[in-house]
Amino acid sequence: MDFNDTQEEAAFRAEAAAWLKDNVPSADELAGLDDIAAAKLWQKRKYDAGWACIRWEKKYGGREASAIEQVIWNQEEAKYSTPGGVFVIGQGMAAPTLMTWGRPEHHERFLPKLASGEEIWCQLFSEPAGGSDLAALRTKAERDGDDWVINGQKIWTSGAHYSDYGILVVRTDPNVAKHKGLSYFFLDMKSPGIEIKPIKQLTGGANFNEVYFTDVRIPDSQRLGEVGQGWQVALTTLMNERAAIGGGGAGVNVDVAYRIASEVMIDDKPAIEDSAVRAKLADWYVQEAGLRFTGYRSMTAMSRGAIPGPENSIGKLVGAPKTQEMASFCMDLLEMSGAIWDENLSKEAGLLQLTYMGAPGGRIAGGTDEIMANIIAERVLGMPQEPRMDKGMSFSEVPTGSN
Amino acid sequence: MNFEFGEEQELLREQARGFLTNHCPPAAVRAVLDGDADHDAQLWEKIVEMGWTATVIPEEFGGLGLSYLELVVIAEELGRAVAPVPFSSSVYLATEALMACGSQEQKEKWLPMLATGEAIGTFALSEGNGRPSVKSLQTRFSGSGLSGRKLPVADGRAADFAVVVAGSDAGDGASWYLVELDQDGVSREAVRTLDFSRGHAVLEFDNAKAELLGGEGAGWGATERLLDRAAVLFAWEQVGLADAAMIQARDYAMGRYAFGRAIASYQAIKHKLANMYVKNTLARSNCYYGAWALNTDSAELPLAAATARVGAIKAAVFAAEENVQTHGGMGFTWEFDCQFYYRRAKLLGVNVGSEGYWQDRLITAYEQNNAA
Repeated sequence: MDFNDTQEEAAFRAEAAAWLKDNVPSADELAGLDDIAAAKLWQKRKYDAGWACIRWEKKYGGREASAIEQVIWNQEEAKYSTPGGVFVIGQGMAAPTLMTWGRPEHHERFLPKLASGEEIWCQLFSEPAGGSDLAALRTKAERDGDDWVINGQKIWTSGAHYSDYGILVVRTDPNVAKHKGLSYFFLDMKSPGIEIKPIKQLTGGANFNEVYFTDVRIPDSQRLGEVGQGWQVALTTLMNERAAIGGGGAGVNVDVAYRIASEVMIDDKPAIEDSAVRAKLADWYVQEAGLRFTGYRSMTAMSRGAIPGPENSIGKLVGAPKTQEMASFCMDLLEMSGAIWDENLSKEAGLLQLTYMGAPGGRIAGGTDEIMANIIAERVLGMPQEPRMDKGMSFSEVPTGSN
Repeated sequence: MNFEFGEEQELLREQARGFLTNHCPPAAVRAVLDGDADHDAQLWEKIVEMGWTATVIPEEFGGLGLSYLELVVIAEELGRAVAPVPFSSSVYLATEALMACGSQEQKEKWLPMLATGEAIGTFALSEGNGRPSVKSLQTRFSGSGLSGRKLPVADGRAADFAVVVAGSDAGDGASWYLVELDQDGVSREAVRTLDFSRGHAVLEFDNAKAELLGGEGAGWGATERLLDRAAVLFAWEQVGLADAAMIQARDYAMGRYAFGRAIASYQAIKHKLANMYVKNTLARSNCYYGAWALNTDSAELPLAAATARVGAIKAAVFAAEENVQTHGGMGFTWEFDCQFYYRRAKLLGVNVGSEGYWQDRLITAYEQNNAA
């Protein structure tokens, strides 16, 4: 038992580290670029050198690397502050779905531009009536010649306003059971009839959108899977949501909390001398270390050829509430001034308040805490699903609320 | 990255689990719980025959000279089986104390006997309510013998000798004494604990014959180092127990029906089980860290041990409590086995220092690590 790379892993790590050292864009290079332009610059540079989407086939821009090499690359890249994030949905979710369900001409046309960052994709799954119960979505598609005509509304679509393409699940048959009446498409986000409205979040920011479809036409050639097979295709997308391995250290962590607790006073003594404070920090340290070493165990399994499974849900289920609790606790340590959110006046330049306000999103996005717990109970522990009221009913008969 | 056990350890695990399934079924635990014995003597004899007590003792002292990766595998399986034997006292504490601080002569005398089970040892630190500290130690060596009172001492009646922590005017304020317990200067009485499938005693020393183990005034540092090592091994017992309690709860929930369906299909129950799984997984991963640190004598051992121990205490106590809860009224009966885990989890949770003690040690170790 050790933490060391195998010889091949070490060689790969060294190669990656050497390339990154010479090629990560400097602050000067990125000056004046907006987030998307900066992300595109970095992605293109990786693509040109064969370091983009490294697990993909070489002909689409990858280097046919192993799962463990992907983790090593992620670790090495994470040592730098590089622009990115806008490609996660396209490369991490749309691309594997295209690879599994798309035709060769789809692969040739779209995968290289996904890898190079030239085209950005978004995901049009959730709806006002279909969140955790995603298959309850209502946006409908009707066949018209070689096209499908889409009407309805999607929600929580990150990056819809700057995306070139989107992956879309719609209802093509309301008269069969919920999961059976869905079909899966991809579409050009510049198609006539699409209207995008930003959603202002409780943080004050606006990172995602509502997307309205009014008679939007999609050619049938952009359907993935058979008509009525959309749920199965969507599962491919959802299974590819990135396994959270080796992450979770950013933002408000034990190091930040320890620093604050060493600087602020309780009864004229550093807060870190207070046994209640020590106990809290110790518990969070146990969680952080536990996630890190769970990641190491997953890496070892991957190194031996295993595929990451549903057990990786644990990262988000532990990490998201922990972030919220830690930000809240650190503000408490500041006592009355914990409320101040001003980069110049507040401790850690407002990181605590920013983290606290963003934390509810972390507990909801990509599967709520409750859904993650269900995944562990059902898919890891083998417990049965809740009985479903809509089982066996055609979708049009399924009861709905006013929302 | 190779953060996993090897083939030999997996073979050992299989063998240990099979052995304990046969020789330490729930009925064996129940027999000790219901009877007057401090432990299951037959099971202990078989464990000794298996060579488990000899695992990490070097070959020159009659041991097998295996690594701690083997010992933690055995610890996990003993925890899973809630084994009613003096293994932790004799192996994680007494053997470790002798290996750490014994003179050549002491090692030659005791280690072979510990390996073969001819001798059982234990470690006596606590003197009653509250967190032991160097200032609180009343037990002292003066003139020709050791006097004082230790309680509770795990396996105090079964043990042939105890390593006793006594106050000292020298060095760090404490010294270790090796005391043979079958002598006039020692009286021992059974102490009932919440888990009477494990024997405990109060030991009274009245000018008892005792020999120094390790340096005069070096006993407190030695105690903290010993507890670090033992914490990892206890933590592995705890994750074994936590896993067993989780599986028992899951299996019961799958078979128990209420309102026309298995209670395992209710999210209130599923989320309880998911919580157990999360706590158990984090604890287990931290125990890997502890095992690695113990096995490599890493400078990170104090941090790794505290991290493993805090996570394992939480996981075992949570799984044991919520296992009873999942069983409902049946879980509260004497007849059901849920009580084994419930008792043992709490016993293990205090027996080499409480959660609060180890949380404090964790932050201290974190500070020392950062300073280094």
